[in-house]
This record gives sequence, structure tokens and C-alpha cells, in this order.
Amino acid sequence: MLPLLFYFAAAIAVGTAISVVLSRNAVYSAILLVACFFSLALIYLLLEAYFLAVLEIFIYAGAIMVLFLFVIMLLNLGQEKAQEHFRYLQRGLSLFLVIVFFLGVSLILLSDSSVLHQSHETFSAGGVKVLGEALFTKYLLPFEVASLLLLVALIGTVYLAKQKI
Amino acid sequence: MDFLGFVIICVKVLVVFSATMLTVLMMVYAERRVSAFMQGRLGPNRVGPQGLLQPIADGIKFLMKEDIIPAEVNKPIYLLAPAMLLIPALMTFAVIPFGSTITLFGREVPLQVADLNVGILYILALTSIGVYGLVLAGWASNSKYSLIGGLRSSAQLISYELAMGLSVVSVILLAGSLKLNVIVEDQQGYLLSWNVFKQPVAFLIFLVAVYAETNRLPFDLTEAEQELVGGYHTEYSSMKFAMFFTAEYANMVTAAALTVTLFFGGWDVPLLNETSMGALGAILSVLSFILKTAFFLFLFIWVRWTFPRFRYDQLMKLGWKVMLPLALINIFVTGGYLTLTSLR
Repeated sequence: MLPLLFYFAAAIAVGTAISVVLSRNAVYSAILLVACFFSLALIYLLLEAYFLAVLEIFIYAGAIMVLFLFVIMLLNLGQEKAQEHFRYLQRGLSLFLVIVFFLGVSLILLSDSSVLHQSHETFSAGGVKVLGEALFTKYLLPFEVASLLLLVALIGTVYLAKQKI
Repeated sequence: MDFLGFVIICVKVLVVFSATMLTVLMMVYAERRVSAFMQGRLGPNRVGPQGLLQPIADGIKFLMKEDIIPAEVNKPIYLLAPAMLLIPALMTFAVIPFGSTITLFGREVPLQVADLNVGILYILALTSIGVYGLVLAGWASNSKYSLIGGLRSSAQLISYELAMGLSVVSVILLAGSLKLNVIVEDQQGYLLSWNVFKQPVAFLIFLVAVYAETNRLPFDLTEAEQELVGGYHTEYSSMKFAMFFTAEYANMVTAAALTVTLFFGGWDVPLLNETSMGALGAILSVLSFILKTAFFLFLFIWVRWTFPRFRYDQLMKLGWKVMLPLALINIFVTGGYLTLTSLR
């Protein structure tokens, strides 16, 4: 039952992810990406990481993608029009990056396949308490730095968007 | 899981689902009757005794109406949008405990469909998913009014989701758990142990945010009739419109139930220990839950005819400049208090 569910979720995740790239309509891409997040959340659930699963939906699907959709609709990017002359450069570059990434990942996995077979005892990122404790003790500095980074990004956006405050 | 457990869960799902739908029907009726009462009219009173069968007549009418799909709409998304709003709206009630435990066939059955250990986050996540239905309905309709309604709703829901989530955080701090069951148990005992007395600020923020999240007056800018015809559902007719309508009322039912669960002790009857009273305690707890929820549903209508609609900039100002800082200060104070008392 569980492997079947995993293959189901994984197939949807990969399928929707490919369609996000291939779709010519920006709104369709956004919706497909949301579907992709849902299947990822399902995979998290199968790994018993309930907290991460809900956060995936809450933050990525529920907040970030809504904002993306908001912007797409405001700019009314219907069909793909812009960047016609960038197309070949863009495709060539992305193909190159994908191949490099794929080769890198497969090289790592082929040389040391133990990465794939971690025992279940060490994997406990699902609990709220475990995650919270890790964030506020072991990873306190990166956590705070990340929040500072977000603040800087926020201020930067306001500065760029509003010339005169 | 054994067969009996499976059956019990199925029965619970069925009961909760039909209760939600029934409450939606009754709420539609109550909305019209109470509105009429507040305006010195009679309201629908022809179909059945006191017009009680009016929602059913409305439902049949929805089914019989011609289903119009306007020519220039984006068809797949236009057809998908009502379902994208309705499904999360009906899913949220699954984690709300509506009574204490009962003993059936020699086993303890909690009166709650699913006791998730991230219960409250599940609800917040699903409410944030509901935005898609509104936004996509607005966009796919290919109409100015719908689009403006959809855009307004997404901005409004994102703004108030923050205040709502942060006000819930202080409740979570008190209970020390994301489980709704634990939050309810934390409020057991005497009357003043309800969270509304411990967290009055959080309750006010949550209540206001709930009205914004359910698109009710004074925050119903997404479907402000005077400006936007019908807002995001302007181009929808027949059963698809009914789906939007049902989703809206189902959201209200869940929101009322959630308010009760988080701040009014859930199924708790003050000064009674329900769990030790057996079947009677369970029935009393369910009754108390229903009564409290009914009061908050009534409050929705009451507020509707009491406050005028906010202007859009006022709405945003209230959300970002008042509610959000207030919720943050509240968390700070609650956290500080808890730290100080635990140090002692």
C-alpha cells in the first residue's frame, strides 16, 4: 500500500513539475506547481513528517504561490509573449545546467549509495518539538541570520518598488 | 486497523459531513429570516412551516437552473474553481472535536474525525488553500468585476491570515500543543479557564480576522454588490454558484466552531466534568458545542446588519498596522509571562 502511494505521489510530482515548465500559460504553470506541492506534501506524510507536510501546503501552496498567482494576474501574463529572443539562449543554458546537476547527483549516488539508505531512527524532522528545539538551540545562528536576510530583502523590495517613501 | 474501527470512522465522517451540510442549509435560512427581522420584514415564510423548507426549495431551484458558461471564459479553470473552494471548506471540520469521548462496543471513541498532531495548522493550511478558488474564479471568468473581486480576496485573505495565525500562536503557547483536543482539555475546569478570559486580545484579533477570512461584512469587499455586481462569482450560475454559496457558509460554520474550540472551551460545559459522566456527559458536551457554535453563527448575521463595510485602504491598514503588531505584542507578552512563571 505505502510504496504504491509513494509511486502515485512521485508520478504526480514529476508529471506536474514537467508540465510547469512546458505549459505556455503562466496561470496554468502556477496551478500545476501547486499540485506539485500537494504531491510533495503527500510524500512528506508517507515519511511521517506531518509538520513538514502541513507547512509545505501552508507556506508554499497557501501563501507563496497565491502571491505568485496574484502577480501573474495583475500583470495579465496570459500567453507566453515576452523574451522571444532569449528563448534559445534560455533553453540551451537550462539544458546545460540540468545535465550538470543530474550528472553531479548521479555521481554522488553511484560513489556512495549509503546516502539513500538512512535508518529511520535518525529521521525525526516531522515533530514540531524536535524541529523547534533544533532551530532554537543547534541552528540558532543560521535561523536568526535567515530572518535578518528576509528582513533585508523586504526592505529592499519596498525601496525598489517605491522610489519615494 | 480493524473492521469496527474503520466503520466507526466512516460513521463519524458521515455524521460530521451531513451535520455541516445541514447547518449550512439552516444558516442560509436563518440568515434570511434574521436579516428580515432586523429590517422589520417577514422574510421567507411560505414554503413549509415558518418557511423552514425554503433552503430545500432554493436547492432544487439551483439544480433546475440553466448552467451558463460564458463564451470568453477559460473553461477548465472556470469549471475547476468552485470545487477548489468547496473541497477545502468541507475538509476543515475533520479535526475539530465536537464532543468528549463516548464508549461504543467497549472502546473509547473520541468525538472527532481525525486527531492530527498538527490539527490547528491543518485548518490554517486549508483556509489558505481556499483562496485559489476565489482567485481563479475571478481570473477565469474573464470579467472585470470578477477579476477585481478575486484580486481583492487574495490580498485580503493573505493579510488577515497572518493576524489570525499569530493570534492562534498565543493559544498554542498556553496549551503547549497543536492538537485541538489538547487545547480543549487545557480549558477544562472552572468558567474562567476558557481561553477567552486568558487571551482576550487574541480572541478579538481572531474574531475580526475570521470575518475577513470568510468574506463577511464588514469585510465583504470581494463581493461588494454596489461596486462589483457579485465579485468573483459574477459570471457563475446555477449549481456552480451554489457551490460557491455552500463553500462560503461551510467556511462560516467551521470558523464559528473553531472560535468555540480555541477560545470558548470547545465542548466544555462550565463546572461539569463531562468525561466522568459517561453517555450523559458526552451528550451534554455535544449540546454545549452546538449551542456555542450556533451563537457565533448568529453573531455573523448580527454583525452583518450592525457594521457598514470598510473601505479597501481601511481594511489593509487595519490588517497590517493594527492587528498584526497587536498579535505580535500579544505573543511577546504571553511568552514572557509563561517564561517568568516557569522560572519561578
